[in-house]
Amino acid sequence: MKILVTVKRVIDYNVQIRVKSDQSGVETDNVKMSMNPPDENAVEEALRIKEAGKADEIIILSIGEEKSQETIRTALAMGADRGIYVKASNDTEPLGVAKIIEKIVDKEKPQLILMGKQAIDDDSNQTGQMVSAKLNWTQATFASKIEIDGDNIKVTREIDEGLETIKMPLPIVATCDLRLNEPRYASLPNIMKAKKKPIESLSAEELGIDITPRLKQLKVIEPPKRSKGIMVADVAELVQKLKNEAKVI
Amino acid sequence: MKILVIAEHNNENVKASTFSTINAASQIDQNIDVLVVGSDCNNVTSELSNTQYIKKILLIDDTKFQNPIAENISKIITSCAEEYTHILAPASTFGKNIMPRVAAILDVAQISDIIKIEGKDTFVRPIYAGNALATVQSQDSKKVITVRPTSFDAVSKEGGNGEIQKLDLDIDISNVEFMGREETKSDRPELGSARVVISGGRGLGSAENFSLLNKIADKLNAAIGASRAAVDAGYISNDSQVGQTGKVVVPDLYIAVGISGAIQHLAGMKESKIIVAINKDEEAPIFNVADYGLCADLFEAIPQLSSELDKLNTIQK
Ligand SMILES: Cc1cc2nc3c(=O)[nH]c(=O)nc-3n(C[C@H](O)[C@H](O)[C@H](O)COP(=O)(O)OP(=O)(O)OC[C@H]3O[C@@H](n4cnc5c(N)ncnc54)[C@H](O)[C@@H]3O)c2cc1C
Ligand SMILES: Nc1ncnc2c1ncn2[C@@H]1O[C@H](COP(=O)(O)O)[C@@H](O)[C@H]1O
Repeated sequence: MKILVTVKRVIDYNVQIRVKSDQSGVETDNVKMSMNPPDENAVEEALRIKEAGKADEIIILSIGEEKSQETIRTALAMGADRGIYVKASNDTEPLGVAKIIEKIVDKEKPQLILMGKQAIDDDSNQTGQMVSAKLNWTQATFASKIEIDGDNIKVTREIDEGLETIKMPLPIVATCDLRLNEPRYASLPNIMKAKKKPIESLSAEELGIDITPRLKQLKVIEPPKRSKGIMVADVAELVQKLKNEAKVI
Repeated sequence: MKILVIAEHNNENVKASTFSTINAASQIDQNIDVLVVGSDCNNVTSELSNTQYIKKILLIDDTKFQNPIAENISKIITSCAEEYTHILAPASTFGKNIMPRVAAILDVAQISDIIKIEGKDTFVRPIYAGNALATVQSQDSKKVITVRPTSFDAVSKEGGNGEIQKLDLDIDISNVEFMGREETKSDRPELGSARVVISGGRGLGSAENFSLLNKIADKLNAAIGASRAAVDAGYISNDSQVGQTGKVVVPDLYIAVGISGAIQHLAGMKESKIIVAINKDEEAPIFNVADYGLCADLFEAIPQLSSELDKLNTIQK
């Protein structure tokens, strides 16, 4: 079985982002970029499935500007087999990304697609569900546990009320939560090996897909800032302030 | 214009998030229908028929739909989408699971987690863990939207006069087998809508210590929340996580205990009316957003807080 894993290049989660003064977006020049965190969990899970002898090949797909190939390279250094890079604007919306993924799936015919549950830049939480709908495959979103048993797969999902478990036949699209596993670091020898692994380059036009944005971004602003409050000396003062000043207890 | 709101419920009661979503819908247009998909959900439909603004309640009541399987519900939604200009659901795990499918089937964008409505096609949504707010205008003929419930008050559950209309649809049922659900049962208020929330972080150190917060929660009638680190360490279950990849809460009072204040945590609580932080590290970033900061060891401060609260007899329930 082949596993397709999608990885997005995003501003590193440790970076305090800056909104551009012309309100056109968020500053990305000279900002540290990384693999979207839950996508690392998706890569890790694919590796574990392969190591358990339940998959033969792991293909990494990223869509975006040239540098997205570095993110593919990171996944290859973790242990994935080969990459596919599709050139498109970094602002491609989830619907456009889903259409590209659909095309790649038609070509590669994986049985399992592992994606992140949410990209930490746009916070959309949409792409996996859209891919699943487009392919007419079943979906298992917000996965914190994945068990493959022959042609069936059992997924534990994190939901607002707690946990839910579903079981279904492959093929499926699963979106991964950070709690799914602990992603490994790439070792030096594996980083060297990854340099020789193939990455195929394509573009949205070549694939014949229209990814024109459906949303017009009118502006991006900073949220209103909270002003820093006061430090209290002890618990007694805290309770007195909450009661008499803030009047919340 | 005509709006369809997808009801989130547990076959017995309508969830609070649905009433907030109806309010958001009413700011676009007051011609609103609600779709209920469930099993044995008479009480759900009767609650909704009394709800403000609702014209019609479209109902599919069948044991096949006892659990909200995304494949099934999205097919139902798209097969009655024709006459609606906007389709809205709460940005809960229920809505997030379903609505992108609806959008993909209809070949339109989905607009996630809106916090403000600027016009019939223009919405504000947080990006980058709420560190930026984007105003977006939809170019699609149909708008598929999820609504952040804490950004909209609930509509009135009385005075409505919605008419119930049973739908008869032939839907191919998904091959997903529902194995079960572990729900965390609690007599405390729901985290998403509690007036007071007390959250614990890695500083609590163990599941046993974490339960120190219960006593305070009881006294304040508070819901209990947690940082991701506390959930990952197994101190408390995942449904308590507050933040970018957990729940968003906007209580009148949020008390963060032993939480450092990472941006991903702030994303879920920084709109709270009053924030209290208890942390032994005076440099902890949580103090930058706290109205009242207490630099102290929590293992001393929590018992003290408990006894100070006992001295008060005016706690609002
Ligand atoms: C993609 C992504 C998404 C994430 N989503 C979320 C999310 O939704 N929610 C979330 O919370 N996090 C999230 N995180 C994790 C986040 O970055 C932080 O790692 C996490 O919030 C830290 O939790 P914490 O504050 O409990 O732990 P720590 O950062 O370890 O802080 C513990 C604090 O406790 C204090 N402390 C220790 N002992 C005591 C004591 N005895 N008395 C008083 N204070 C004490 C310490 O001074 C410290 O400030 C996410 C991370 C990523 C990468
Ligand atoms: N441009 C992209 N390239 C590769 N994967 C992507 C891209 N955009 C989104 N994804 C995948 O879809 C997931 C959810 O993203 P989103 O729907 O934008 O929150 C991410 O975690 C990625 O796995």
